[in-house]
Amino acid sequence: MGVTAILFWILSSLALLSAIMIVVSKNPVHSVLWLILVFFAISGHYLLLNAQFLAIVNIIVYAGAIMVLFLYVLMLIDLKKIVDPQRSLWIKLVGVATGCCLLLVLIAALSKADQTTALTQTIGGNIGLVENLGKILFSEYLVPFEISSILFLSAMVGAVVIGKK
Amino acid sequence: MFFTAIDYWIFLEKAILILAVVSISLVIAMYATWAERKVAAVMQDRRGPNRAGPFGLFQPLADGVKLFMKEEIIPNVSAKFLFVMAPALAMITALMTSAVIPWGSSVHLFGRDISLQIADINIGILYIFGVISLGVYGIMIGGWASNNKFSLLAAIRGASQMISYELAMGLSLIAVLMMTGSLRLSVIVAQQSEGFFNWNIIYQPLGFLIFFICALAECNRTPFDLPEAENELNFGYHQEYSSMKLGFYLFAEYINMFISGVVMATLFFGGYDIPFVNEAAWGNHWWVALLGCGMLMTKALFFVFLFMWIRWTIPRFRYDQLMNVGWKKLIPLALINMVITAAVMLFFSK
Repeated sequence: MGVTAILFWILSSLALLSAIMIVVSKNPVHSVLWLILVFFAISGHYLLLNAQFLAIVNIIVYAGAIMVLFLYVLMLIDLKKIVDPQRSLWIKLVGVATGCCLLLVLIAALSKADQTTALTQTIGGNIGLVENLGKILFSEYLVPFEISSILFLSAMVGAVVIGKK
Repeated sequence: MFFTAIDYWIFLEKAILILAVVSISLVIAMYATWAERKVAAVMQDRRGPNRAGPFGLFQPLADGVKLFMKEEIIPNVSAKFLFVMAPALAMITALMTSAVIPWGSSVHLFGRDISLQIADINIGILYIFGVISLGVYGIMIGGWASNNKFSLLAAIRGASQMISYELAMGLSLIAVLMMTGSLRLSVIVAQQSEGFFNWNIIYQPLGFLIFFICALAECNRTPFDLPEAENELNFGYHQEYSSMKLGFYLFAEYINMFISGVVMATLFFGGYDIPFVNEAAWGNHWWVALLGCGMLMTKALFFVFLFMWIRWTIPRFRYDQLMNVGWKKLIPLALINMVITAAVMLFFSK
């Protein structure tokens, strides 16, 4: 096993453990903190794939901004007053079944994926570096990039309009 | 067979460098507390600490011993694990930024070229932003875990203040990035080190001003120390903390000040470049690197002094004023600065 493989297993187990802890935790604030840990583990994976820009943007945007807002809202709610709703057995069973269906679909989709080309693209690939990513985004994918920025703008305007009410 | 390919000396080299950087930051933070009191004393026509040692120089040690000896109180109603973890988080995020800063040019020792930068990653500036945006957690988790209404209010104030000022900070830096064309801090310093007139401050004075104001806000320094506003919130987010956990919070603030001084020196004031001197002509000696490192420290400490000067001169903002300055003044200014920089660059490139 090389260093990359060891790091991969450590990061994967960390991500999975934290993801399970998000669901298991009773306290929503603890769930958010575990979610932050998941983002860190995923950023580590991005680094292993040599996608440095994606890794750090994942930290800045998700761990640094969105999760802070999550915490912000959760801390203002008096958590003791909210009683954990008692769900019936049937709802729990349906939840498990749908979760299993999703897992099945994901495995089926991944097993068909062509692994060899994916490997050659990621290992030793430089597409994730800021320079290459920027060049591709502003040449080949310029139209989708601009459309998504308009989407962001409209979301911002919407947020301001709702906030003004 | 894979592990034999690794250059093991690099671990030792980096470990020593990390240890040196962390301990220097801690010592500077220690003496920054002393300097703060001396600066305050001079401005208020007092003497300041002068009992422990010559010029009160042992005062930080006495303070440290006092903090260690105090009784450690963990409130019964607090979230205990998070309560203990929060000051450590504040400390870690304060120290982590130092990893990407080029502390000097490379040194040639024992037949090896040793770079005085812990990690020369090509997303250096974004890394600094990532760490800054994580800096909120120390305050937020500490304030929430204390289970005290004043602490919680202060934590939420701190979080919204930091998020607001991060935006203007990022926008002011984009103009610098457009000029340098690299996110790598070593490249940014190398471009500036050709001479005094290559420093970014000459081309980006407005960008620096915005960055400086935002750095004040990110460090929770007066006039932006709303999270610790004594007259409204008692003691702010560290209300319930005692002993060295409180010490960590207070220390982290001074480390943040020092590191943000270093970042400002690196981005706008030529980093380890000695002004009006062509130090590259002196050759690749260890003392040249050391001199450069000293120069960077001098620049950074000047900014720390500037922070203190401002603290004892300007009164605190009101909360709505703070938000107005951040969102309605600094962000538009930073955007204008960015557009002007882009236009000028486009004009001259043609």
